[in-house]
Amino acid sequence: MSSSPSLNTWSDALSGFSIGWFPLGLVIVAAIPLVFIALYALTYGVYGERKISAFMQDRLGPMEVGFWGILQTLADILKLLQKEDIVPTAADKFLFVVGPGILFVGSFLAFAVLPFGPAFIGADLNVGLFYAVGIVALEVVGILAAGWGSNNKWALYGAVRSVAQIVSYEIPASIALLCAAMLAGTLSMQQITLMQAGPGGFMHWFLFTNPIAWLPFLIYFISSLAETNRAPFDIPEAESELVAGYFTEYSGMKFAVIFLAEYGSMFMVSAIISIAFLGGWTSPLPNIGGLELNTMTSGPVWGAFWIIMKGFFFIFVQMWLRWTLPRLRVDQLMYLCWKVLTPFSLIAFVLTAVWVINH
Amino acid sequence: MQELGKVESNSTRIIRQDDKRVTIEKDLDTEHMVLSMGPQHPSTHGVLRLECITDGEVVVEAEPYLGYLHRCFEKHCEKIDYPAIVPYTDRMDYLAGMNSELAYCITVEKLLDIEIPRRVEFIRVIVSELNRIASHLVAIGTYAIDLGAFTPFLFCFRDREHIMNLLEWISGARMLYNYIWIGGLAYDVPADFKKRVDEFVTYFRPKAVELYKLLTENEIFVKRTYDIGIMPADVAINYGWSGPMLRGSGVKWDLRRNDPYSIYPELDFEVPVPDGKFSVVGDCLSRHLVRALEMEESLRIIEQCLAKMPEEPNFNSRALIPKKIRPKAGEVYGRAENPRGELGYYIVSDGKSTSPIRCKARSSCFVNLSAMKDLSKGQLIPDLVAIIGSIDIVLGEVDR
Repeated sequence: MSSSPSLNTWSDALSGFSIGWFPLGLVIVAAIPLVFIALYALTYGVYGERKISAFMQDRLGPMEVGFWGILQTLADILKLLQKEDIVPTAADKFLFVVGPGILFVGSFLAFAVLPFGPAFIGADLNVGLFYAVGIVALEVVGILAAGWGSNNKWALYGAVRSVAQIVSYEIPASIALLCAAMLAGTLSMQQITLMQAGPGGFMHWFLFTNPIAWLPFLIYFISSLAETNRAPFDIPEAESELVAGYFTEYSGMKFAVIFLAEYGSMFMVSAIISIAFLGGWTSPLPNIGGLELNTMTSGPVWGAFWIIMKGFFFIFVQMWLRWTLPRLRVDQLMYLCWKVLTPFSLIAFVLTAVWVINH
Repeated sequence: MQELGKVESNSTRIIRQDDKRVTIEKDLDTEHMVLSMGPQHPSTHGVLRLECITDGEVVVEAEPYLGYLHRCFEKHCEKIDYPAIVPYTDRMDYLAGMNSELAYCITVEKLLDIEIPRRVEFIRVIVSELNRIASHLVAIGTYAIDLGAFTPFLFCFRDREHIMNLLEWISGARMLYNYIWIGGLAYDVPADFKKRVDEFVTYFRPKAVELYKLLTENEIFVKRTYDIGIMPADVAINYGWSGPMLRGSGVKWDLRRNDPYSIYPELDFEVPVPDGKFSVVGDCLSRHLVRALEMEESLRIIEQCLAKMPEEPNFNSRALIPKKIRPKAGEVYGRAENPRGELGYYIVSDGKSTSPIRCKARSSCFVNLSAMKDLSKGQLIPDLVAIIGSIDIVLGEVDR
C-alpha cells in the first residue's frame, strides 16, 4: 500500500480546478480542515469544555444564550471583538503583538499535513510527521515573545516555565511518534494512515497489531498534554500561582487568538495520536462475514467523520483529566519527563525496532 | 526549617524538594527579583499581599503585608452597645459567623455571669458546628483550587449550599447571621429543624467520603502537599498557633476539650491529630487532613446534639436576654474554638457604660499567618501557594 491513486482522484479533480491563474480548488482543499477546525475550536471546543466541566461538577454550565447555551461562545466572541485592544505602556509592543500571531500560526500550520480522509489533506508531505512535530515547536517562540513582551513578572515566569516544559516534552513525544513511523516505515501522514487501513477495521491499527505500541501511545498522550499546556501540566498558565501565566496582560481579540491556538493545538495532538496509533481516518468497524461494515463506513466523508470523532474522543479525555486532577509542580513535571517518560520512550523505541525487524 | 534557603557558598543554595533536601548549583550569578504577590492575586484568599524576594522560582523571603481590609472593629466596639457588637463579629470571620458570635456571646455572658437555657446551648452548638463544616468546606475547596483542582472546589460549594440554606432558614441570613445573642438566640429554631438537619447529616456523610477520595487521596495532591511547609510542634506553640494548624503539627489542643465551654463536655467526639503515617506531621497535608477529618467529628457532634436537645413547646429564646447590658466593672477573656483556631475576646467594662471600654479580639488567622515568613523561606513559588492555602486565612479576621 505505497500509493493510493484511486483515493485521491476526487481531491485531485478539485485541486485542478482554477480560475485563470488562481488555484481556487487547491485553496479550498487546503482550507476545508482549517475552516472546520477554526469553527470547531471556537464554538464547540469551548462550549464542549464548559458543558463537560459543568456536568462533571454537578452544575449546568451555560444555559441562557440559545438552546442549552449553544450560542454562548458566539456571544463571548462578540464581546471579545468589542473590547479595547490594550497594549500595556511598559510592554515591548512588537513582541507583544507578534506573540499571539506566532502562537496561532505555529498551532495551525500543522493542520496542513493532517489527513482528514482519503481525499482531504492539505499537503501530503513525505516528512509530514516530522513537519508536524517541528512546526509545533514554533509555539515556543510565540509564548516566549508574549511572556517577555508583556513586561510582567508573572507572564515571564509563565513563559519561562512553558518553554522549559514544551522543549523537554518534545523529546519523549518525538521518540514515541518515531515508533509509529517505524511501524509504518514512512513519515507521511497519509501513508501511515493507509498502513492501518483494511477490512478488519480497528484490528489493523498499530495499537492492536503489535504488543508494544501501547507504550509509545501512552507516552505520546501524556507528553501531548504537557505540550499543549493542559492539566495536570498546565503549569505555564497555572492560574492560582501565576495569575494567568504568559497571557496575563492579554485581553480582547489577542486573548481570543491565544485561546484559539490552544484549542487548535488540542485538536492537533488528538489528531496526530489518532493517525499514529489509531488509524487516522479509517473506520474502526470490521467486516464481519457478509456484513461489510468497514466498506460501508469508509470514504471521504466517513474518513473526516472518523478522524474528527477520534479527535473529539481524545479532547474529551483531555478535558476529563483537566477537571479531575490537581496540577503538578515544575520540578515534578521535569522529573516525569526526564526520568520516566524519556527512558521509557527509548525502551519503546528499541522494542519497536526489534519487533519491526522480526516481522 | 531554619536552614532552608540558606546560602551555603556563592554557588549553592539548599531548598526542599519532595522528601529530601537537595542542593541546587547556580552556574550563573543572577540577581534577586522582588515579586509582589497580591493584594489582587487568585491564591492570596482575599487581599493579602506578600512581597517575595525570589531567586528564579525559589522564594528567598516572603513578607506578608496586611491591613487592606482593616475596619476598626475594636474602636467601633468602644462606641456601641454590647448587643450591637454581635453583627460586627459576623463580619470578622465571615465564613464562620456563628462561631464568632458564639465566642463573643460566651465572653460577655462570662462577664455578666448569667445562666443560659439548655435548649439554647444545644442550638448554639448545632449551628456553630454546621458553620464549622461550611467553613472547612470552603477551606478545602479553595485549597484544591490553589493546587489546580477545580472540581473539588465546586463539590465543596455545592454541599456548603445546603448548610447556607439551613442557616438562612433559621436566622434569615446566609453568612452574616446575627443569630446568637447575649443570653439567648434571636429566634427559636423552626418546628422541623431536627428533621432537616438530620437529612443534611445523612446527605453529607457520603459526600465527605467522596471528597476525601477525590482530593485527599489523590496522588498529585499528596505529592504537592506532602512534606511542604513543615512546622514543628514547639515552633508552632511559640508562634501561638491554634486550631487545625496546631493540630496539624501534632499537638492535641482543642478548646472544646481543653477549655470546655457550652455543652461540649457532655459530647463524645475525637480531636483528630495526624499520626505521621499518611503525612509528615506538621506539613501542609497534615493541616488539610485535620480539616477533612474534623468535618466527620462535627457531624457526630450535631447528631448527638439533635438526640439530646430538649423539646420545649412555646420556647422563648429571648426570655433571658437582659434588657440593658451594663456589666459591673471588670475584665474578662473568653475564647472558643473557631474553625481556624482560638478566637478570643478580651473585654473590659468600667461598670457605668453600656459599651465596653476595650474589646480586643484575638484572631486565630492573624496569629497563624505570622509564621508565614518562616514557612516560606526557600520554598518554590508553587509551594508558597500551597502553604498560604493550608493556613486557611480569612482576611476579614486578620485585618478586622
